[in-house]
This record gives sequence, structure tokens and C-alpha cells, in this order.
Amino acid sequence: MSEALKTKLQTLFQERCLQDDAGVLPYESDGLTAFRSRPLVVVLPETQEEIIEVVKLCYRYDVPFVARGSGTSLSGGSMPIEGGVVIALNRMNRILHYDAAERIAVVEPGVINLYVTKKAVPDGLYYAPDPSSGPVCTIGGNVAFNSGGAHCLKYGMTSNHVLGLKVVLPNGDVADLGGESLEMVGPDLTGMFCGSEGLFGVALEVTLRLLPKPEVFKTILAAYHSLADAGQAVADVVASGLLPGAMEIMDRLAMDAAEAAVKAGYPAEAQGLLIVELEGPGEEVEAEFPKLMQVIEASGAYEIRVAKNEAERMKIWKGRKGAFSAVGRLSPDYVVQDGVVPRTKLGEALREIEKLSKTYGLRVANVFHAGDGNLHPLILYNGKLEGEFERAEELAGEILKLCVDLGGAVTGEHGIGVEKLAYLPYMYSDDDMDLMRFLRIAVDDKEIANRGKMLPSNKAPALTMHGAHPIEKQGIAFRE
Amino acid sequence: MQHNIPAEPLGAYAEPMTEAVSSCVHCGFCLPTCPTYRVMGEEMDSPRGRIFLMKEVLEGSLELDMASPYIDNCLGCMACVTACPSGVQYQDLLTPFRALAEEKRERKLMDKILRRFVLETLPYPHRFRLAAFMGQFAKPFKGLLRGRMADMLALLPERLPKGVLLPVKKIAEGETRARVALLAGCAQQVLEPDINSATLNVLAQNGVEVLIPEEQVCCGALAAHTGAMWQAKRFAKENLKAFAGLELDAIITNAAGCGSGLHEYPLWLKGEPEEEVAKTFAHKAQDITVFLSQLGIKAPPAPKQPLKIAYHDACHLAHAQGVVYEPRELLGMIPDIQVFDIADSEVCCGSAGTYNIEHPDTAFKLGQEKAQNVLATGADMVVTGNIGCMTQLRTHLKEQGIPVMHTVQLLDKLYRGEL
Ligand SMILES: Cc1cc2nc3c(=O)[nH]c(=O)nc-3n(C[C@H](O)[C@H](O)[C@H](O)COP(=O)(O)OP(=O)(O)OC[C@H]3O[C@@H](n4cnc5c(N)ncnc54)[C@H](O)[C@@H]3O)c2cc1C
Ligand code: SF4
Ligand code: SF4
Repeated sequence: MSEALKTKLQTLFQERCLQDDAGVLPYESDGLTAFRSRPLVVVLPETQEEIIEVVKLCYRYDVPFVARGSGTSLSGGSMPIEGGVVIALNRMNRILHYDAAERIAVVEPGVINLYVTKKAVPDGLYYAPDPSSGPVCTIGGNVAFNSGGAHCLKYGMTSNHVLGLKVVLPNGDVADLGGESLEMVGPDLTGMFCGSEGLFGVALEVTLRLLPKPEVFKTILAAYHSLADAGQAVADVVASGLLPGAMEIMDRLAMDAAEAAVKAGYPAEAQGLLIVELEGPGEEVEAEFPKLMQVIEASGAYEIRVAKNEAERMKIWKGRKGAFSAVGRLSPDYVVQDGVVPRTKLGEALREIEKLSKTYGLRVANVFHAGDGNLHPLILYNGKLEGEFERAEELAGEILKLCVDLGGAVTGEHGIGVEKLAYLPYMYSDDDMDLMRFLRIAVDDKEIANRGKMLPSNKAPALTMHGAHPIEKQGIAFRE
Repeated sequence: MQHNIPAEPLGAYAEPMTEAVSSCVHCGFCLPTCPTYRVMGEEMDSPRGRIFLMKEVLEGSLELDMASPYIDNCLGCMACVTACPSGVQYQDLLTPFRALAEEKRERKLMDKILRRFVLETLPYPHRFRLAAFMGQFAKPFKGLLRGRMADMLALLPERLPKGVLLPVKKIAEGETRARVALLAGCAQQVLEPDINSATLNVLAQNGVEVLIPEEQVCCGALAAHTGAMWQAKRFAKENLKAFAGLELDAIITNAAGCGSGLHEYPLWLKGEPEEEVAKTFAHKAQDITVFLSQLGIKAPPAPKQPLKIAYHDACHLAHAQGVVYEPRELLGMIPDIQVFDIADSEVCCGSAGTYNIEHPDTAFKLGQEKAQNVLATGADMVVTGNIGCMTQLRTHLKEQGIPVMHTVQLLDKLYRGEL
């Protein structure tokens, strides 16, 4: 079956069907390099028709496929399926339609997140969801993972900004979901597709909502002697009735990394750093600002800085946004986790994580979207040391369970992918899981779209986090 | 990223090379600024992909020949280094890798001849001058030539400027505030000797004495970046000798490519007896704009007509040496001049050393894109800090007749009241 499909794809794509080692190897993993696996081929479609054709062929030959944007998934979401097809969408990067008056943009899935904003800025508009990976990740990937970012506290995640979708379903049928307006008739199918991690097919065209750029920003940076105090301050701000555009926290280790990477100039003594940004119409922000300062001053911050101009504001954000990769300067390997806890439990969660970090003897850097309780503990380890990767994963698992126990979730925005498969059932009841599987099969009876990701598949072995994975035992995927 | 690269075969290069691999976290932040990725949209032609491929070759799980085309496609522009939040020193992997690859590879005869021609000509001003001179005659027959030779000819200027014999020393005007030595550059001496003359004049005007050591040779960057490490090392060692024993405040470069080359001396000479001297030398090396902005210059007079200038960031200045602020500061001192940034300023213009000779198609696309972005600024003139970029920009802006100048040439012309 695979060979027949391969021949077909070769004829169709010629040199855009990659199959030799050098062409395929670089696609073997995504942002989570601990996992990699070998696809049958990688194809580089340049039109929607070509994508539809690939999906139809995969369906016919019963070979799984995975759509790939920029491969920045941190959960193995865009890792190839062993022996399957990778549909790399990077050449599908055109903005098809842009209407400043209607405030919409219709884009191909391979368009980079930030480029939408770049297009809209001259008209005073922007695309609100701002994952830290915005300068590189694609809209297709954002849709599949319902990605969020620092400013999603106020504006919502990707799904709140996708008005319509044209998708090719796993059986090759093309469907139009949603439309050009927020009001729609019938069930929110666009919403269902957002966050489906590629299990419902491939997005071909995405209609995005653009917002007017906030008139003014007021960004403050508050330094604390303890991380928990910074966490508490977030709860205080929200309790005061303010809704800032973003509230982000970094701990000492994350600050050190950011400092090394971009010389962000963060306070050297701080154990916890809180970034709060007010944004909106000038008058509103002016009115909110003194109130915010009052709350922050009362929260025990020992130093408060207000960005005096756009350059200072960008500097503060540059350190925050580059923090994940910057941690690469502190440790050759790390696992990024993505748990969510209720805002009021932030302080407690952070204290527990610190305890766990000590117990496991592994450093944990914390940098997170505090406003919506979305933690990103980065667990630092050295894969060269025997057993350290396993310990790191175990610690990651403990942290996820902690989040669920505190009433939260196992993922805020990075998705389940392959990495968190084992923890979904910890969060959801059997009935919930069954319903999700039911939906999946209803849309994709052959389970060919991103098989084995997000939901354990009947056709792929269930994944566990500890010890050698069944896929690894079979020599299909392996960890470096 | 984890790796199992055996250290022994890499010798002194093992440490910098493996460090670059292990500090890469595969986040992809480098992709959008990589010119080849922008043009080709495929992972193998991205920095992240190339790092992965080189790692696999070094680990022995991928044939060098298979990876080579993608490594060859790299412009060496180092935009990925600027973009990388994890601090991956890509050049520490690429330069030694190319040298190792060169030792092992089989090239086609035509490739060999072309390569040999480039390596034996460009670094030697008199040979290059002769070749370029012959090229003038060949230009009308360009139609008869195909492929790379024709592409090379297209880059030659219509007329070759007169050669200038540089003095061995230029005395400061007025009180001497500093003493420096100039690396004269090789291709630049042939294509645009005026850059050096302008440099000497601007320095002298600002009270700087300049030595031009006679024994200096090509900086070696061209050789290093095409994998001819033996030649690069030889040049580096000769230059260390040529500049030794002089009491200097700085060693000045005015071609970004050479400047970044000098900064790489410690890497090239890693494990050699000269390694320490190379470090001191590299430390002293400064781009002319950096030196001038630190020294503080006398304000240039206003041009006769107000001017709109687009400043183009040469990759080997902005990315390889991290110099973006200083040239803009100097330009900002000039009255009646408006300075514009060019959209996508971090993306290479396609010149990149000998790249436009070896990969004309990609180079052409990048050149066209850059020209479009320059035109969009509405500027009357482009100013930049590298001879390679100047040649490339002139080729692509020929129709519009927009002049292209080195930063130091602009300053010189203003001091002389010629603009
Ligand atoms: C340094 C760093 C910082 C990050 N910060 C954030 C953050 O702040 N917030 C956040 O939410 N995420 C963050 N991420 C995670 C990641 O960037 C996002 O999940 C992003 O949306 C992935 O986009 P991508 O284009 O790289 O997609 P990929 O990684 O290529 O793919 C991700 C998933 O989307 C699917 N997919 C891709 N294109 C399509 C399509 N057209 N149709 C259907 N499915 C598709 C893939 O199959 C895969 O399952 C970060 C990652 C890194 C490396
Ligand atoms: S040096 Fe330039 S061309 Fe080469 S990988 Fe880096 S960004 Fe791309
Ligand atoms: S930005 Fe740096 S760390 Fe990220 S993939 Fe590129 S080289 Fe690697």
C-alpha cells in the first residue's frame, strides 16, 4: 500500500516529494526533539488542490498523514507518523484576501502568525493571538492547537479569532466551516476544528478576525523577593476588577536565561518578576493605571518600573518571548510543560513545583501566562546522564497531575500531541474520553489524520510516559 | 539538542562545533530570517535543518554527499545567529564543517575549475584586477557564454576604476587623537578603491593616524567560507605577522566581510600556536563605523540638497559583527538627511561573498526582493557597509539609477563639500 502511494506521490510532486535521507531527516521531529520518527515521504504542496489530492490518496491507501506548519509544536504534535506522509505547508504562505474595512484576512495555513499583523499594521489593525512563537509558527498550527499567548487573557485564544475555515476532511471531502462573521447559525464547527490537533483534517484556508490596534499601552514590571508573592499579585489584580491585556511571570532561572539571551535588563535580585500590561483607549488606560499601581505597591513588590517608551516596552517583551529558547543557554535539554491552574491557586502550585523540583533534584524554570493560570514549568535535565530524561518526564507528569488536582488542566495551549497522551484520561472521565473518540471516528473512520496523537488510537499503541515507550520498543520512534 | 558526535576526528574544532549543536533547541525562531528558507520553504534549507543535517553527518548516520547541496546553499549570512534566542553560534559549526567537507568531497570538473579560479584570483588584488580587466572585454560576448561564467561577468562593473596605490601611512590632520591600522581588503581595492581613500581621509580629518602595513594579505574570509581552510589559515597567520608589533588603538576594516573574517581568526586558528595572538587581534578589529562612533567625529556639513537615505544592513556587519546601531548613529549626525530602514532589513541581499557566483538563482531572487524594499522607502540613495552588497544592489537598482555608497564614502563626500 505504502509503496503504491509513494509512487503516486512521486509522480504528482516530483522533486517536491522528499524521500531521501537528507530531505526527510530534518522533518523527523518538531520542537520536542526527545521524540523523532521516520515518515514515508514529505510532500511540499503549493496549492489547495494538491493538499486535497494527497489526503484523498492517503485515505484510499489507508496511510496516515500529518500536516506540518513550522514544526514548533512542543508536544510532538507535528512529529511524523512512522511510515506516514508529512504534508509540509510552508509554501502555502499567501495572504489570499485582506479587507481592512471588514477587518478580516483570509490566509493560507502556512502563513506565519506575525505576518498577518505585519500586513494589517499600516491600517491600524492587528491579529490578536500572540504566542511567543509568533514570529515563526503558522496560522495552521495555531488553529490545530488553539494557540494562545500573553495577550489572550483579554482577547481570547485562536478560536476566538477564527471566523471561518475551509478544510479537507480526512476522507478527502472539502468543508466550509463558519464564515466571515462572528454570528453563525448552527453548531460552532469552526470552534470544534480549533484545537483538534490535526485529527479532523487539514485547514486549507483560514478567515481571521483583525482588531484595531490598542491606542496606548502601559507596561509595568514588578520585582518580588519570592515567586509566590508575584503569583499572589496576579490574583490581587484580577480581584480588583482590572482586566489587563497581559500578565506574565518569570522566575529567577528564566530571568537569567532571558538576560543571557537578550540583555533584557531585568532586576538582578528578583526571585519573581511580574509583567503587567494595560492596553486600550488612552482615557481608559489613564484611569486604570493608578489603580493598578496601588494594587502592585500593596502586593509587596520591592521595585516597580514603568516602560517609558515603545523601545523599553519591546525590551521587556523580548526577554519574555524569547525565554523558552533562551533556556537552551542554561541546559542542553529541557521539557516544557503546559499545565493550567485556577488563578487563585497560582501561589500554591508554584510552592508545590518548587518542592517537587527539590525532591527530583532537577532545576525547574518558571515562565508563564499568569493571568490565565497557564503555567510553563521548564524542567532542565541532561540527557547524557543515565536516567535523567526519565526523571524529568516523571517530574513533568507529577506537575501535570498537581494541576489537575488543583482543579486545572494538563494543557493550556501546547496541546496533548504524543507527549501528554497518558495524562488526558487523568483529567477526563471515561465517558468524556469515549465521547471524544466517538467524535474522532465519526470524522475520520480510518484514523488517518495525525494517528496516535491527542487520543490514543486503536491503530497505534497507547503511549505511556515512563520507561521505553511501546513505539520505541518496536523501534519505530526513538528518543535521542 | 542531544548528539553523539565523536570528538576525536574534529580535533580542536570539536568543542565549538558540538557546542553549537547542543545549544540548538529546535525552536525554529531562525527560519523566517533565513534567506534560503524564505525562497525555498523547506526544512533542509533552513538553519535548523542544516544544523540537524550537519549533526547527522558528523554522527555518521548521513552521507556527506547527501547533505552537501543543502549546506552549500547556505549564504553564510548569519541572520540565524541574530535571530536565535538560544545563542547558537552557527558559524562555529558551519565554517569547520565546510572545511571538513571540502577535504572529502568529489567536485565536478567545471566546479573545480571555477572554484580554483575564484580562490586563486579574488584574494589577490593584482590577479583580480587582471581578470576583471579581461572580463571587460568578454562582456560584449556574454550572450555566447552560458551559466556561471556569464553570471560572474554580469557582476563586473561597466568600467573598472583606476587602481590607487595606498600610502603606508597617513598622518592625522591637527592633533593626533588615535592611531590605527587599516586592512585594505582585496576585491574592494579593485572594484572600488575609493572606499579606502575615503576611509583614510575621514580618519585623518578626525585626528586619526593610519598605518597600512605593506605585508598584509587577503583576510581569508572568502577561503574559509568556501571550505578552503588551509588557505584561510595561511592568510590569517600572515596577517597576524603583518600587524604585529604596531602600537594600535584598533585595526580597522571597511568591508563587512573582512571584518567578520578577522573576528573569526580565533576559530580558524583553534588549537594552533597562534590562537592566543589571534584572540587579541580579533579583539582589536573594528568596523570603521564602530571606531568612528566611539571616537566621536566632527559633525559633517549638510548636503547641498536634503537627502533621503536608505541604510542597508550588510549581513556580515549586522549579523556577524552585531553592528547595526553605529552606522545609523553616524548618519543621524548629518544635517538635512533623513535615514530610512529597509523592510525585512535582516534578510540578505543575495551577495554573500561568492554566493552570487555559486548560486545565481537564489542570489537573483534575493537581489530583486531587496531592490523592491529599497524602492518602497522612496529614498534617493542607498548607504551600506560592504562592497559585496554595493555590487549586488547596484546590479539590481541599475534601471532606477539609485546611487549606492559606502557609509564612509558619504562622510568623505560631505567633508569635501562634494555632495
Ligand atoms: C519557543 C516556543 C514558544 C512557544 N510559545 C507558545 C505560546 O506562547 N503559546 C502557544 O500556544 N504555543 C506556543 N508554542 C507552541 C507552538 O508554537 C504552537 O503550538 C504553534 O501553534 C505551532 O505552530 P506550527 O506552525 O509550528 O505548527 P506545527 O508544530 O507544525 O504543528 C502543530 C500541530 O498543528 C497541526 N497542523 C499544522 N498545520 C495544520 C493545518 N493546516 N491543518 C490542520 N492541522 C495542522 C500539526 O499536525 C500539529 O499537530 C511555542 C513553541 C516554541 C518552540
Ligand atoms: S547563515 Fe544565512 S543562509 Fe545560512 S542558515 Fe543562517 S540564515 Fe540561512
Ligand atoms: S533559533 Fe537557534 S535554537 Fe532555535 S532552531 Fe534556530 S538555531 Fe536552533
